Amino acid sequence: MFMENGKNRKSSDRPIRVLLAKPAIDGHDRGVFVLARAFRDAGMEVIYPGLLPTPEEIVDIAVDEDVDVIAISLLNSSHMAVFRKLMALLRKRKATGIAVVGGGIIPEDDKPELERMGVTGNYGPGTPMSEIIAHIRKRAAQARAAKWKGR
Amino acid sequence: MRGRKAVGTAAGKDAYWHKKAERLSKSYAGGEATYAKWRKQVLDPWKGEPSDRGGRRLVYGSEDAARGSGEMPGVYPFTRGIYPNMYSGRPWTMRMFSGFGTPEDTNRRLRYLLQHGETGLSIAYDEPTLYGIDCDSDRAHGEIGKCGVNVTTLKDMEVIFNGIPLDKVSTSMTINAPAIIVFSMYVSVAAKNGVKPHQLSGTLQADILKEYIAQKEWFYPPEAHLRMIRDIMLYSVKNIPKWNYISVSGYHIREAGATALQELAFTLADGFYYVEQGIKAGLKVDDFAPRISFFFDSGMNMFEEIAKFRAARRIWATVMRERYGAMNPRSLKLRFHSQTSGYTLTWQQPLNNISRTALEALYAVLGGTQSLHTNSYDEALALPTDEAAKVALRTQQVIAEETGVVDVVDPLGGSHYLEELTDHMELQAYEYFDRIEREGGLLEAIKKGYLQREIADSAYARQRRLEENAEVMVGVNKYREEDERPINTLKIGVDAERIQLRRLGQVKRARNMGRVGRSLERLRKAMQSETENLVPHVMEAVQAYATIGEIVKVGRDVYGEWEEPKII
Repeated sequence: MFMENGKNRKSSDRPIRVLLAKPAIDGHDRGVFVLARAFRDAGMEVIYPGLLPTPEEIVDIAVDEDVDVIAISLLNSSHMAVFRKLMALLRKRKATGIAVVGGGIIPEDDKPELERMGVTGNYGPGTPMSEIIAHIRKRAAQARAAKWKGR
Repeated sequence: MRGRKAVGTAAGKDAYWHKKAERLSKSYAGGEATYAKWRKQVLDPWKGEPSDRGGRRLVYGSEDAARGSGEMPGVYPFTRGIYPNMYSGRPWTMRMFSGFGTPEDTNRRLRYLLQHGETGLSIAYDEPTLYGIDCDSDRAHGEIGKCGVNVTTLKDMEVIFNGIPLDKVSTSMTINAPAIIVFSMYVSVAAKNGVKPHQLSGTLQADILKEYIAQKEWFYPPEAHLRMIRDIMLYSVKNIPKWNYISVSGYHIREAGATALQELAFTLADGFYYVEQGIKAGLKVDDFAPRISFFFDSGMNMFEEIAKFRAARRIWATVMRERYGAMNPRSLKLRFHSQTSGYTLTWQQPLNNISRTALEALYAVLGGTQSLHTNSYDEALALPTDEAAKVALRTQQVIAEETGVVDVVDPLGGSHYLEELTDHMELQAYEYFDRIEREGGLLEAIKKGYLQREIADSAYARQRRLEENAEVMVGVNKYREEDERPINTLKIGVDAERIQLRRLGQVKRARNMGRVGRSLERLRKAMQSETENLVPHVMEAVQAYATIGEIVKVGRDVYGEWEEPKII
């Protein structure tokens, strides 16, 4: 956390940057607020775009801000439609190096399909924050490694 | 926004809450000296683990119950209940919240409930409806009918209430930002069926303040929505005497992370704001206050929940009389609906949720609720199945008919601990009112994000406690099981979207666009005038089959959008 400004700094030293969002028509933001603080307390940089962002807006922000991970909270059964759109948009923008992690109210039956699409985590209520943070760190490290390999 | 000068407070508006808190703190906790003595002489020499848990003393005594000792139900300040006989006359209303899929699906469910003796309907709308988004908008894709029933035009409301005698049932509608639109649709459907406004009864949630504080469903800046609530209030007081035009809601505040105390304080602060708004609109307090109703959460901490309900009644009655000069006993009685809490439910070992809901329902009953919704055990996973919803209803019936708690009014009244906790929460609520006043009053405090941050702080603190095992959730951070068998959950199909799109297409082809355009233009003009009542204009637009999105857009053009203050 206490790094000299930009001097000899490797990209991998940069704090993990997470875009945390609720891209559905839904204002129940308790979960994202709790996670935002937990991620910050774990040394990550968190970007929260406010309520009701569209998948298009999320992908724009993710690319512009060069985030490692997009973390999505969905509680209102729209997860399949939203993730399909989000993943397609990431492909279109050639930004598949950004990891996508999900959580909220996601039925067991939908999880295999989401995993196939590349959406991991898919945590339900009551998951310890430490577990989610560890997963974000893992996905961020993978995303960075893939990015370096690709260059 | 402040109304008339408070009765009995010479210092003026701002000092009321402060003085009240100061006065209460002087008379509070009469048993402290006795406890200290007992502790020194008996507890401390006792071998074992002496401890005061959760900031509470280990035991309370008769002096702690002094303040409430003379109180009786049906009598000011109504701490023990608003009616003298409470449930011995009739039990609370078992009002189960339902709504899903298409208007046809919901109509079938409502008719089914009516056939089985229900008289109180409670309708849930889907997210696109709650956010004023038409079903054919790109944004609504994937969300139609998922969390409630979809309404885009008056046609949908006509189908929902088809064949239902609106002069005989009472209807509760959980709708906030578009409340004026859905309310106008309801009155219009009734008119089409030959039912006059004065024959209607029911409840409109319409509590926009808690949306800015907690649930985050709005279209415009607060002033615009508050003006619409004023207009609904004025229209209802004049035309629909049995209409509860607002349900001041703590449920969403609590579910967003607030403590029981914050729920109590913020909800009552909202209630007082609406009272001041009514007075400012030129109404006499006793002409509109009797139709203000409340909606609270019931969580897991037994005595804290019951004390919250009791303190709420005492504070409301006191402030309505002292500060707003209400004389009519009905203005002083805080009537409330309650719902068992959602955030205490777990997806781990979901059958345990039946126990949680049963306990929470019991607390609401012991706290004197007027109506109750019990959550289903599968709701941490999905909308409830029929079977799960039936268990939830049966839970209420077990409490009402097997436990004997309905036989005696406020059966825990007089408990040293409960009385002390009631007094304590009352005092702390006044301290919060005072703090809100110092933040510039309620509206200013909301605009600055003060209440929102208080709630987010509490939510985070609770999550930390859970992770540090300082607070237990059975099956989550204790008594966990590794290989859990999944339970059946409800699946909602995609038919609703197709059916709604088709219906909207038909409506759009059939309607007279000239009439739609003229009604929206008149609505725009009315919105630009601060004094004009918007209800008749919205009614004209919905009757021309303008869509919810078209009506909301007129408001956006006039009032603009609202961006929430930064909370995180």
